[in-house]
Amino acid sequence: MKQAAAPNELNTEQTIRAVTGRRQSVLGRFRKDKWLYLLMAPGLLYFIIFKYVPMWGILLAFKNYQPFLGFWRSEWVGFEHFRVFFGNPEFFMLLRNTLLLSFYNLIFYFPTPIILALLLNEIRLSFYKRTIQTLIYVPHFISLVIVASLTYVFLTTQGGIVNELLQQHTGSKIDFLASPDWFRPMIIMQTIWKESGFGTIIFLAALAGVDVEQYEAAIMDGASRWRQTWHITLPSIRSTIVILLILRMGDVLDNGFEQIYLLLNPLNREVAEVFDTYVYMMGITQGAFSYSTAVGLFKAVVGVILVLGANWLAKRFGQSGIY
Amino acid sequence: MAKQYRSVSGTVFDVSNYLFLGIVGLVSVLPFIYVIAGSFASDTELTKRAVFLIPEEFTVSAYRYIFSTDTILKSIWNSLYITVVGTVVNLLFTVTIAYSLSKRGLMGRNTVLNLIVFSMLFGGGLIPTYLVVRELHMLDTYWALIIPGAISAFNLIIVKNFFQELPQELEEAAKIDGCTELGLLWKIVLPLSMPVLATFTLFYAVGHWNNFFSALLYINDPSKWPLQVMLRQIVLLSQVAAGDAQTVDYNYVKEAEQSIKMAVIVVGTIPILLVYPFLQKHFAKGVLIGSVKG
Repeated sequence: MKQAAAPNELNTEQTIRAVTGRRQSVLGRFRKDKWLYLLMAPGLLYFIIFKYVPMWGILLAFKNYQPFLGFWRSEWVGFEHFRVFFGNPEFFMLLRNTLLLSFYNLIFYFPTPIILALLLNEIRLSFYKRTIQTLIYVPHFISLVIVASLTYVFLTTQGGIVNELLQQHTGSKIDFLASPDWFRPMIIMQTIWKESGFGTIIFLAALAGVDVEQYEAAIMDGASRWRQTWHITLPSIRSTIVILLILRMGDVLDNGFEQIYLLLNPLNREVAEVFDTYVYMMGITQGAFSYSTAVGLFKAVVGVILVLGANWLAKRFGQSGIY
Repeated sequence: MAKQYRSVSGTVFDVSNYLFLGIVGLVSVLPFIYVIAGSFASDTELTKRAVFLIPEEFTVSAYRYIFSTDTILKSIWNSLYITVVGTVVNLLFTVTIAYSLSKRGLMGRNTVLNLIVFSMLFGGGLIPTYLVVRELHMLDTYWALIIPGAISAFNLIIVKNFFQELPQELEEAAKIDGCTELGLLWKIVLPLSMPVLATFTLFYAVGHWNNFFSALLYINDPSKWPLQVMLRQIVLLSQVAAGDAQTVDYNYVKEAEQSIKMAVIVVGTIPILLVYPFLQKHFAKGVLIGSVKG
């Protein structure tokens, strides 16, 4: 988008110069557009205060922040917090939990919107298709607290419907919410339930762009529905799949704080604690500001590398890339 | 023979596909239907048999309880307030900066755009942001839930692109007629952008109503908690109206816990389900605008 805008801007600038025969002075241009700058001010201030001042606050990671000394007078400690963090056995627990959740999401969640979109695409009855779409989009708009609450109400051992059924059929209950074995499956199933319906939108849009003539030609050649899907439909949404896959790669260290935090408890902590929840716990609840800033910085830097790497990959794949 | 076989398998596929997607559609909304039904059931019924869709004895006692406690009512009010004021702030901040950034000739425009894109890539993180909010004395105020999220950079860029695509001739004509920059925004650009603004109004509003993280981070005072935090206390931490322990009969609360939990879930969901029809009309387009041009 930036690349597209830049040449235009150059043209405008050149046109102005060509027409007026001179370049307007900086002050003149500022005065001419003073209303625009006034309109821009609140937004710009927002980005400076809430995005750029915190970036500068990252320096905390290299200090030993003491509330009574304040930001300036707290002493510098260099990479001490990073050393402690990487030397901490919890680091490997966090890394493992974070990566495993992302990996399972990729394996189990990522394909579901694609499959759902392909199946929806096979539906000829447009009324039925629209109804199903309307229904499967709903969970996307529900808060994660509600999703966690529903999970709780369904899975609790105290009268939860799932455990009541288990009790009737197997004679025993499973404490899903407190079991380390069930934490990851619960998270993945929540994500699938909440997001896979909404995730179909982008694939359905890609599918809507497929040339109908290709199907007609394939039918003439006697291709079955399966063959049509394999040779026409899938290749035509391949670029969408690739770019979404690459985008997800950039988010490997982001598991989504709320979803995990809401299901996290002392009994499943060993598999549930991830970088995001750890930063919150150490920083906000235990007040180790500098240490958790360091952890957050580690996560952010790896995140940027992953995003840029993913973008580079996207370009290698002949996609336009994101930046 | 072969031809017949193919059509049979095609029919089998179609029937099972219709059935399967029907089930998927049901699974998407069944939890809500179950919870709504459960919220109208007595707790004895809920403990007796967990599986039903129509309660045998219909009772509104769970709702009567919710609306009789100040804590839950207050949190509903907090959420409504934050949603309304927050969305207005979102729109004001987003539209004004998006409009000025949509002017191609504006000096410094590219620098600002680059700053914004960079802030999408890299951020100071949780703790530095928290400290900024604390230094501004916003902790335990509604503003902490409104101002730090006043603009979504992603939404801003989409709105900016939309403004940029509006026909230039209209603006030029209006300017020749003596329209000021503000008049242009108010009388020409905004009316033309209604579909995209409606989309973002709804997205921002849903975001505020669903927001849990900011409140967890910035609000310690239970009387300022939004409904999502209260919901977590009641359902996940089972601290039913701890603040009201003296004013309500705690035994009753214990007895009705499961149905009260369900009723609170319903109350937390209803606003979303109410705006959903409006939302649904717009978002497919809105999402695609974002994915194509974002």
